[in-house]
This record gives sequence, C-alpha cells and structure tokens, in this order.
Amino acid sequence: MQQLTRFAADYVGYVLKGGTKFYAWMGALGVLIIGMLYVFYLQNTEGLIVTGMTSQIHDGLYFANLVFLVGVAAGAVTIVFPAYAYHHEGMHKVAVLGEMLAISAVIMVTMFVFAHMGRPDRLWHMLPIIGIYNFPHSMLGWDVLVLTGYLILNAICGFYYLWCKYTGQPINRKWFMPLVWIAIVWALSIHTVTAFLISTMPARPMWFHSMMPIRFIATAFAAGPCLIILAFLIIRNNTKFWVDDSAIKLLTTIVTWCLGIALFLTLSEVVVELYARTEHANGLYYLMFGLHGLTNLVPWFWGAVILMISSFVLFLIPSIRNNFKLLPIPCVMAFAGIWIEKGMGLIVPGFIPTPIGEVTEYYPTFVEWLLTLGIWAFGFFILTILLKGAIGILQGEIKYGAAK
Amino acid sequence: MTIKKNIPAVPVEQRASECLAQPASADPSKAALKTTRRDFLKASGMLSMSSLMGTAALMTQSDEAKAAIEWAEHFQKNYRLMTDAEKAEARARLERRYSQEYGKQVTVDTTGPQPGVLMGYALNIRKCIGCRRCVHACVAENNQSRGTKPGEKIEWIQVLRMERGKFEQGKMDHGYPEGLGIQVGGNAYTPAGQVLEGQYHYNPEAVPEQDATYMPIACMQCEKPPCVKVCPVRTTYREADGPVVIDYNWCIGCRMCMGACPYWARRINLASPVLPKEEMNPVTHYLGNRPRMRGVVEKCHWCLQRTRHDRYPACVEVCPVGARKFGNLLDPESEVSKILERKNVFRLKAELNTFPKFFYFYD
Repeated sequence: MQQLTRFAADYVGYVLKGGTKFYAWMGALGVLIIGMLYVFYLQNTEGLIVTGMTSQIHDGLYFANLVFLVGVAAGAVTIVFPAYAYHHEGMHKVAVLGEMLAISAVIMVTMFVFAHMGRPDRLWHMLPIIGIYNFPHSMLGWDVLVLTGYLILNAICGFYYLWCKYTGQPINRKWFMPLVWIAIVWALSIHTVTAFLISTMPARPMWFHSMMPIRFIATAFAAGPCLIILAFLIIRNNTKFWVDDSAIKLLTTIVTWCLGIALFLTLSEVVVELYARTEHANGLYYLMFGLHGLTNLVPWFWGAVILMISSFVLFLIPSIRNNFKLLPIPCVMAFAGIWIEKGMGLIVPGFIPTPIGEVTEYYPTFVEWLLTLGIWAFGFFILTILLKGAIGILQGEIKYGAAK
Repeated sequence: MTIKKNIPAVPVEQRASECLAQPASADPSKAALKTTRRDFLKASGMLSMSSLMGTAALMTQSDEAKAAIEWAEHFQKNYRLMTDAEKAEARARLERRYSQEYGKQVTVDTTGPQPGVLMGYALNIRKCIGCRRCVHACVAENNQSRGTKPGEKIEWIQVLRMERGKFEQGKMDHGYPEGLGIQVGGNAYTPAGQVLEGQYHYNPEAVPEQDATYMPIACMQCEKPPCVKVCPVRTTYREADGPVVIDYNWCIGCRMCMGACPYWARRINLASPVLPKEEMNPVTHYLGNRPRMRGVVEKCHWCLQRTRHDRYPACVEVCPVGARKFGNLLDPESEVSKILERKNVFRLKAELNTFPKFFYFYD
C-alpha cells in the first residue's frame, strides 16, 4: 500500500515537471480544452441546434471522429502484437507506449460519445441494473462493452508493466500474458463492432456491406501506426528515451501494407457500386461527384484519395521511408487522408440522400469544430502525461526508493 | 375496440374546447385516482428516490416546484418498469408541470393497449391529392415543434411528390453509347412510376397537380421494427396493440434508431420544442403526444391519445378525400381488414422484412 502511494506521488511529481516547451504545449492544449468545455455547456443548454446536424444528417463530425479514433485505439495492437507474438526486440521495449496510446484514444472516443448524445445526462440509463442495457440486441450496447473492456485491459496491462518496472519486481507472466493475448484479440473486436454499428443498417445502403469491418481494420492499422511513428520520432528527438530504428521500420511496413489493402478495398467498392449504379449507390455518387448539384464533400473525397495514394507511393520509396527526417510527411498525409475517408467521407454520405430520397448537405458549425478540436486536445493532453510517465519509468528516472 | 364511426373534422378552436372537456382517461378507476392523488402519493412516497422527490415537488407550492419536478423526472424509471403507483405518480408530476407551463389543464393519459386490438393503417394512394392537411393536423394534434429555424420545425408525415414522367419520341434513337448499339436508352431516366425519388418541398398554387402523384409517408409501425432492435436503452418499443412508441423521459438521444429506420420516420428535438401555449393540445398520452424535451427522438404513434379511446388518428379524420383508413386488424369487419381482404395492397420496402402495419392500396 505504501508502495502504491509512493508510485502515485512519484508519477505525478515526475509528469508535472518539465521544460518551457512542455508547459507551452500543455498550456495550448489547456486553452482548447477550456473552449471545448464552454461549447459543450452551450450544446447541453441550447441543444444540438448549435451544431450543423439535422434530423436528416443526424450523425456528423462527432460520430466521424468517434469511428476514426476507435481505429487509432485498435491500431495500438500493431506494436503489442509484434512485441509479444514475434518477440520483436525493438517493439517489446515500447509496447507499453502503445498501450498508453490506446488508453488515450479510448478516452477520446468516450468524450465523442458524450458530445454526440442528445441527452448525455441520461447516460446512466445504459448501465445494467439501475438502467436497461439492451444486450445482446443493440450493436451500440456491444460497442460500449468492447470499448470499456479494451480500456480496462490496456490500463491493467500497461500500468501493471510500469508498476513492475517501478518496483523492480519480475512480471507475473501467469496472468499477464493471457491478458495481453486477450487485449490483442480485443483490439480487433472494438473496430469490428464499430463497423457493425453502421453496417448492420439496411436503411443506409451506403454502409450496408460486409466489407466494412475489414476496411475499418485496414485503415485503422494504417492510421494508428502513422500516429505512433510520429509520436516515436518526437520522443526520440525530445527525450533521452531511444526508440529503436527496427520498431519504426516495422511500423512503416505495417502502414504500407494496410494502406495498400485499404486503397484496394476502396477501389473495389467504387467499381461494384458504380458499375451497376443503382439507387443504392447514390451516397457514394454524392461523395465522389455530387448529387443534384450539391457537391460539398467532393473536394474532401478527392483530397483524401490523393493523400492516400501519394502517401502510399512515398512509403514504397526506400529513400523516403528509411529517412526519418522525411518519414513524417507520408505519415501525416496518410493519417489525414484516412481521417477524411473514414470520418466525414463515410458517415455523412450515409445520410445523403435520406431513405426517402431527400438530398441536403451538412455544414459543421464553429461549435462542432471547437468541441472536436478540444476533445483531440484533451486526448493529446492525456497522451502526453501517460507517455511522459511511462518513459520516466522505462528510463529508470522514477524508481521505488530512488526519491529518498 | 372497433372503430365504427368516422368523426367529422371540426375547426381547430372547436376541437380544442372539445378536447378540454374530454376525460384524461376512459378508465374509471384511473379517473378516481386523480381526486385522491395527494393522499395516495403520501402513502407511496417511500417507494423510490423518484417517488420521494416527486412527492416533495407536488407538495411544494413555491416557484421552485417546476425545477423540483424536473429534477424528479431525471430519476424516474423506464415507463415499462414502473409499477402502477409509480406510473400514476409520473403522470401526476407531468400533468402538474405541463399545466403550469402551458397555462391550461393538461391531462396525460396512461391507458394501455386494449385486449383484442391490433392497430393497422391503409392508405389509398390513388386518392391522395397532396393537400398536406394530414401533415398540419398531425402537427396540431401531436404538439410538434413549430419553430421557423430549420432544426426546430418537426413534421412526422412527409408527402412526397412524384412526377408522372414523359416518354419522348425524340429520344427514341438516342442514348448511350451513340451509334454502336444503345445500352442506356434516351428515355431511361424518366421518373414515371419511380418510388422514392420524390420531393416534399413542393409548393403549387393548387393541388392535385396534373403532372404529379403523391405518396405520404410516416412511421410504418413495423411488426419487426429495426429501430427498436438498435436502441441501446430499450426506450423505444412495440406496444401490444401495434404502435412503436418512445418513452421520451428515457431516451438518451443517441439517434441509432434514426439511422436504422428505412422510412426516415424519426425526428430529433435539436432544441427545446417551440410550442406556443395557445396552440398546445392539452389532451395527451404519456407515450404519445405529450410535449417532448430537448435532445430526444420522436415520431408518429398513431395518435395513441385518440385511438385508445375509440377515435381515429388526426390524419384519418382530416383527410378530405378519405384516402386514409384506420382500424383493428384482428376485427374482420373493420375497414382495414376489409381492404386487406379485397384490395391490392403493398408494403413499402417490403424487401427489408420490417413488416409494416401500414399498407398502401389502389382502388
């Protein structure tokens, strides 16, 4: 018990200390978080009318980010799996950082759920026993279950590992390894269920196909590692902690393959839908070319296509993917491309046209942008703290008894 | 329940006064409860946290009563899990709040499904003239939000206008590709007989228009409703007598049901509904037309406040051409049963296996 309080104290003491750069970064995020809190208050006193959503397009920026971030959370498995299944040296050293990323991403997802809901004050209605939990019928019920489970699994695995490093105890592999394996499979489940959430609605032909889960997984395993590569490069440049080249190179390979698969799946969908060009392809057609003169999403779609294809090509060029000065460029491009394709590009056309043929457009408001930005800021705030603490422990700068 | 008579449509002012005089419930035992509500509530006040606060709210005569009632509403259970006593209490709480808010005696009916009744609806699309009186009657009857901003105006019935389309001789030889054998004919995109490519923002000087037909759509009250399956908190469900209803106090506003509905029948209250006092219909049902709140989903419920008391839904009553028919599917003598027996009927998007109890038919 005394060890535990010391751990908490040491951890907090360490993450609160930092240079000017650190405080500036956290302060900037803090400003965005305060802005987010204000618009969240506004949204819950005025109602969703302050957003651009309507009864026709009733899922927008929030839902899009939610879907995308579930993918980022699942993407952490691209570190954990090679680390434990292939005993990859470089990955094993940083596996815990992947778990920290997963925790931050799931927290962001939870916040986007709150942002999305019309009545967040009634969330307790979903809790079993005091509320009603429509399980196993409701896909959203499944989603809440797998996301909560994933958060808990990663928190246990990550912090138990750090705790052992801190105290110097050996890891109890008897229960730690099974938990790690469960977490790996669980990572696939979170994104699969999120895909099912929208692909099980025949009312929305744009989403109603069985390719959705694999496409989600492929894009997630491209976008997630992109973010991780960026984080690793920042860590290498700004801390004493050294992430091995081999880890970054393996992640680059994973990104390239998954990006290629994702592009292939997108192309397949386009061919299947547009060859027959039924009424059910209207959503995709709206996204690609516009419908009845409404073309809001067309530049977004083509922007995403260009970003994804060109980043794929860049990843294939050895002199770029092995040059860690240039590597961030395709990473940012792929991340942005997938954010568009899987977020706005997937969610919004599901509602255009509506099931009775109405075509309207969606304009996210300032409130929505600020709230979205604020939640991302909060996520990065948490991520910075978690990564800093984890690195401190891995480096041995936080150690039991060392503070005395 | 057998619906025999079609009550003629009356002007709005007249109808409002008639509604006021109506008892809140047809069930005498429930009416009796009203007089002794206060004593009754004292006795059952210990039932739950919500009971405690609800009672407190009812006892207070202060201005804070409204806030206290709303506070108590936060903690009430899902409607279906409430005991009869809790239902009575929730009802009393609502009646009190609404009466205060709208400055008139508002009743909140809690009459349940009647035995031997399965509601059904049939619409003669041959007869519909697209006048949209049903839409307006529905808004007036069911206390929908009247606002002028796009997100504040809610209508449950959509009347789609469909063009008759024209086939032209001039396009006979044209199409795509030109010359080498046409694969897409020049007349391919004429919208004749096309369902679901309609427009509801039509605004002609007079209806019916020569070049159009009309197709009204609202909630189909499916027997296998996809919206009910996806609801994470089971706030929306199918009542025994057929309609799919929503417990507005339990809805978390996640909008999954809106995505799942193939008929786009559901609406979200983006803001607190705009409902002027003088236009508010004070005869309400708990699962039906009682005023909704910000952030919850609503939709057509076949006017439970009327149909559970042997009256027609407002849209049926107001339809000037008699295109709309409503009745008990279990009663072979009802109009709807007769239509199913004798006419050519179809269900919209039958391929989705939702099994609507709303049928379209031709003469």
